[in-house]
Amino acid sequence: MSTTRRQFLQGAVASGAALSLGTAPAVQARPNLTLPPKAVGLLYDSTLCIGCKACVSACKESNNLPPEFSTAENLWDTPQDLSGRTKNIIKAYKDGNATQKDREIDGHAFIKHSCLHCVDPSCVSACPVSAMKKDPVTGIVTYNEKDCIGCRYCVVACPFGIPRFEYDKAFPKIVKCELCNHLKPGDKFKYSACAQVCPTGATLYGPVDQLLQEAKRRVALKPGSVTRVERGRVGSGDIYEAKLTAQYLPRVYGDRELGGTQVLKISAVPMEKLGMPELPERSFASVSETLQHDLYGWLALPAVVLGGLVIAAKRTARPDEEDEA
Amino acid sequence: MSSHAEKPAPLGGPLVTPLTVTLAGLAGIAAVILLIRFIFGIGSVTNVNDGYSWGIWVVYDVMAGSAFACGGYAIALLVYIFNKGEYHPLVRPALLGSLFGYTLAGASVIFDLGRYWNTWHIFFPPWAQVNSVMFEVAVCITLYIGVMWIEFSPAFLERLGRSDLKKKLSNWMFVFIGLGVLLPSMHQSSLGSLLIVFGTQINPLWQTLMLPLIFLMTAITVGYAVVILESCLSASGFKRPFEADLIGRLSRVMWWFLVVYLALRAVDLAWRGAWGEAFQPNVMALGFWIEMTGFILPVILLATPAARRRPDRLLISAVALIVGTLMLRLNGFLIGYQTGAGWHYFPSLPELLVTIGIIAAQILGYIVLVRWLPILPKVEPVKIAR
Repeated sequence: MSTTRRQFLQGAVASGAALSLGTAPAVQARPNLTLPPKAVGLLYDSTLCIGCKACVSACKESNNLPPEFSTAENLWDTPQDLSGRTKNIIKAYKDGNATQKDREIDGHAFIKHSCLHCVDPSCVSACPVSAMKKDPVTGIVTYNEKDCIGCRYCVVACPFGIPRFEYDKAFPKIVKCELCNHLKPGDKFKYSACAQVCPTGATLYGPVDQLLQEAKRRVALKPGSVTRVERGRVGSGDIYEAKLTAQYLPRVYGDRELGGTQVLKISAVPMEKLGMPELPERSFASVSETLQHDLYGWLALPAVVLGGLVIAAKRTARPDEEDEA
Repeated sequence: MSSHAEKPAPLGGPLVTPLTVTLAGLAGIAAVILLIRFIFGIGSVTNVNDGYSWGIWVVYDVMAGSAFACGGYAIALLVYIFNKGEYHPLVRPALLGSLFGYTLAGASVIFDLGRYWNTWHIFFPPWAQVNSVMFEVAVCITLYIGVMWIEFSPAFLERLGRSDLKKKLSNWMFVFIGLGVLLPSMHQSSLGSLLIVFGTQINPLWQTLMLPLIFLMTAITVGYAVVILESCLSASGFKRPFEADLIGRLSRVMWWFLVVYLALRAVDLAWRGAWGEAFQPNVMALGFWIEMTGFILPVILLATPAARRRPDRLLISAVALIVGTLMLRLNGFLIGYQTGAGWHYFPSLPELLVTIGIIAAQILGYIVLVRWLPILPKVEPVKIAR
């Protein structure tokens, strides 16, 4: 059987179309998603945090999570990290003799780790079965175990390492902060438990635009100045006067990262030292989805390629030959 | 066009041999470990953790396993799309390898899915999430497994004596052949695209928008490598003559694919300014060079027509390509994946035994079916005596 140049080229065109088009510049790039209209979140101020972990305890109570023991006596709930039993944790940064709080050198500082509720979350983009969803109004990234297949693409995709999995269970699920989205009127906690119990206002719950405004106001303050700090939630009226000792860094973490997050963090020690990754402004979800849409939008490209392949196969795979195949 | 002597026929011969018993034993061990996994959870037998939630059950069994099962796809591309009829005798054996590889890769997904009883959600609204790369991979692999069973069914129908059904099916076979080339092109490239949403967690040596093309091209080249390996092994294992002409020409096709692939890889790394990462004193750079050696070595070994007829060179090249393809996937998903300080992963013994058991089941199935069904081209007794 001889192949003419023309036949060969036809085959090359059919099978190569997908590849060449797939690598062409994005025609309709999927931009970053934007903040939902009534987005809520948290503002975490590392300089106000005293490391009491009341938020860790309240989170467990609100979400009905069991304790995790890491001391010999098994007396205290002492989680070392986020896990299938812990959705919120306070970690400490230490350097040298660690004497002064909120100082990078020879100092210490606290950081809260919990879901940042990205404006354009990687986990939602990754999830094949819509178990991870972003609420179109509040922007809370929710998880529904009834939908989940346990593939853990969300666990590996999240650049903050937030979703965790129950490796020790026969019927496991993903565990992550959902901003106490489950609370109903009459429950002990009225809004995110971590913010409700925070004694210093280091964790504040509220609308993201107001939290961002407050964050920007604070990072502009100078050490020694006295400022009014609200506890619990924006508009709670539970206000006290705090004297600032640390020098804020002029950065609101979550303002731009991956197109923004609904949990914002400010500190006097660089975020990188506190374990927060450096991330670009373009969300990874938008890069991934742009590529997928280019290749598979309306199934146009696969349909064209399939047409070419079927025509080529019809020419070469004759029924009489198939008798031998 | 196939001559009469090349018509496929069952090999016959014993099914119970020391090799098949050993393979069945390994598959049995894997089954016991999997039973423990389903009772006590994934963590009871594996080392996967929240830093490395995907271990070798995903990266080897599914990612590499399905790539190694691309022989049928790669040969079909050559025979039916590029109209290279001379490779026709390779279609059935290659397709059988693919059928087993894919069916087991697809089935082994279940072992790693934490909430496997919900797996069907992927295929139906309102669950199906079309923006997810995982969705595309899952749907395409499932469809392809179905298409492959249809493509392969003439061999069964022949055995069952249903030539009427076989004739009807063969009139429409070109549609399934078309699908059988489209679907692997889609999901093998998407296995690479899975990494894009990982963003900066993946070392620049592997994080690129060229990932779909890189994964697709390596899946096709390793498809040819596996066909060459199968041919070498079944020549010695089943005492059949080595198809030096055919395999030599096939390796030329593979060689050109490799040259284009390496050029693409080199230019992409240069374009993104990522070559510096390849010369860092770390395990990622080491992994990169092991991977690249797997692709460069066959280009050197098979550079001349005479070299492409030597079984030893073909065998080494095929193995090198398999190693390179495996390393690309291990590098992308594990070695080049930086998930934050303090996380480590290396597969546990039971975890490895499950993967080994799956490979054993695959080889066992291949041996049983070529002895029972008309897969391999019939060889005249005179040639065997040679």
